[in-house]
Amino acid sequence: MTRQERAAWLFTAPVLAIIALVFVLPTSLALALSVTDYSIYALADWSNLRFVGLGNFTELLSTPLFWRALGNTMLFAGIGVPMAIGTSLFTALLLDDVTVRWKPLWRVLLFAPYVTSVVATAVVWRILFNERFGLINRALGAIGIAPVDWLGDPHLSIPAILIFVTWKIFGYNMIVFTAALSAVPGELIEAARLDGAGRWGRFRHVTLPAIGPTLLLATVMSVAGFLQIFAEPYVMTQGGPAQSTTTVLYFMFDEGFKWWNLGQASAVAFILFLMILAVTLVQTRIGRRYEWL
Amino acid sequence: MAVRRLRPLLSTALVAAITALTIAPLLYMVVVSFMPRGESTTLPTPLWPSHWSGENYYELLVRRSIDGAWFDYRIVPALVNSLAIAAIATALGLLLTVPAGYAFAKLRFRGRARLLQILIGSLIVPGQVAMLPLFLIFKELGLVNSYAGVILPSLAGIFAILFVRQATLAIPDEMIDAARIDGAGEVRIFVSIVLPLLTPIVVTLALFLFLGSWNDFLWPLIVLADQHLYTLPVAIAAIGREHAADGELMMAAAVVTTMPVLLLFLALQRYYLTGLLGGSIKG
Repeated sequence: MTRQERAAWLFTAPVLAIIALVFVLPTSLALALSVTDYSIYALADWSNLRFVGLGNFTELLSTPLFWRALGNTMLFAGIGVPMAIGTSLFTALLLDDVTVRWKPLWRVLLFAPYVTSVVATAVVWRILFNERFGLINRALGAIGIAPVDWLGDPHLSIPAILIFVTWKIFGYNMIVFTAALSAVPGELIEAARLDGAGRWGRFRHVTLPAIGPTLLLATVMSVAGFLQIFAEPYVMTQGGPAQSTTTVLYFMFDEGFKWWNLGQASAVAFILFLMILAVTLVQTRIGRRYEWL
Repeated sequence: MAVRRLRPLLSTALVAAITALTIAPLLYMVVVSFMPRGESTTLPTPLWPSHWSGENYYELLVRRSIDGAWFDYRIVPALVNSLAIAAIATALGLLLTVPAGYAFAKLRFRGRARLLQILIGSLIVPGQVAMLPLFLIFKELGLVNSYAGVILPSLAGIFAILFVRQATLAIPDEMIDAARIDGAGEVRIFVSIVLPLLTPIVVTLALFLFLGSWNDFLWPLIVLADQHLYTLPVAIAAIGREHAADGELMMAAAVVTTMPVLLLFLALQRYYLTGLLGGSIKG
């Protein structure tokens, strides 16, 4: 072993060992756990553990609440990703305008919600969304809109939580897009302008292709993030009303740590993983087609 | 001409309005936390306290005797727990991931390319898959309900390693080779040549790690059963489920949880945002 190799192992071995212990080993065990009936009885005594094959998965498929959670999670991701990415892109484009003054100040303030605790700000927004006393309904009342029961109406609970999530996270991708936009060559946009391209034309044919790869990467990560929503419904709605905000991860948490059906919960974790994997693969393929990756 | 002069004003005003809307919930949180008890649930919804009152903070933070029994919301212990856990996780995280990131960028060793591929590939696996078995492993190891149980998983910083590696690639090889020819040892090269160059990246990463640990919720919720060990988010969620109607009290709790990291972010925002801006350009 060369001196360099010894140093390299000294530098990498500790963290690799921890990754193996807290990530690689449990992830492989999760697969093993998902084909057992590990429950509170096995927690007390390992001899109660039985192999059930794909039993957990077939049982899940006949559990209405699991389907509900799956549907809710799709809704969260399906509406949430365009909403969050759109807001980030919109604000980044506004900030990119040369005529805007004091940009660093706006950037810092718009980013601020991102660094706060989800739990604490979810508590704040639950109060803002309150039907009788909430600030949001007061503001809506000022322009003549009747009070809305944001978190109490099963049809509005997901949009309400998504408004909160968008507020919380859009600053991050706004900064990412700002960086990408600053790399778009100004001469190209100028050339398009001279060729008579309008504001939309310039965005569509110059800016968008230039930031395409960044946009795609941000979308892939956002989809993964939205599929993992948990803390928001846990704090704001406890999965309700009428289970309208129970997500896959919420279902997994209840199944695993409320009812201690760890075998069943591991199966849920695996389905979540496969969903994220599938979406990522599809998105990467789309990206390749447009030569963004 | 008039239009041209108005444009900066209009575009700046639009951005300012959006910023105001974004910051409003945080300002309202602070304002309500100083309202007298029950004022936020009067109509019309008050925008400003009738008088500034510290009673919510007193109620939340001070341990006191009610009918002879001691009572408090355990926010101060939670604050201490959160601070200790985030500080330890940040320090250990840096110690583990910065040298590793450097090694993956600049040191030649067998298996490097393969290991790097595995690390990048594993980013796709959501951490929640590992959580259930990890809980059982920690239970066997006696780590459930301990600081170590909360901190250990956060040290598996794959993202941090890749982040440091990306930044280290920009350091010219010649600098490191020159030091080697001068007879400097590998550890010495890392500490006295590479580390000073990486300072901005290390500060950015430290803030990332601290925020991540401070705001983490699902894993502490799983691994901590003892109320005395609760971190702030877990404690707030628990109080929130019991005292949902207590608007002013909950707002004070939210202020206690968000203000330390908001101030930390504001103090270090230059590093943090530049780190993000620079990192994203490279990909």
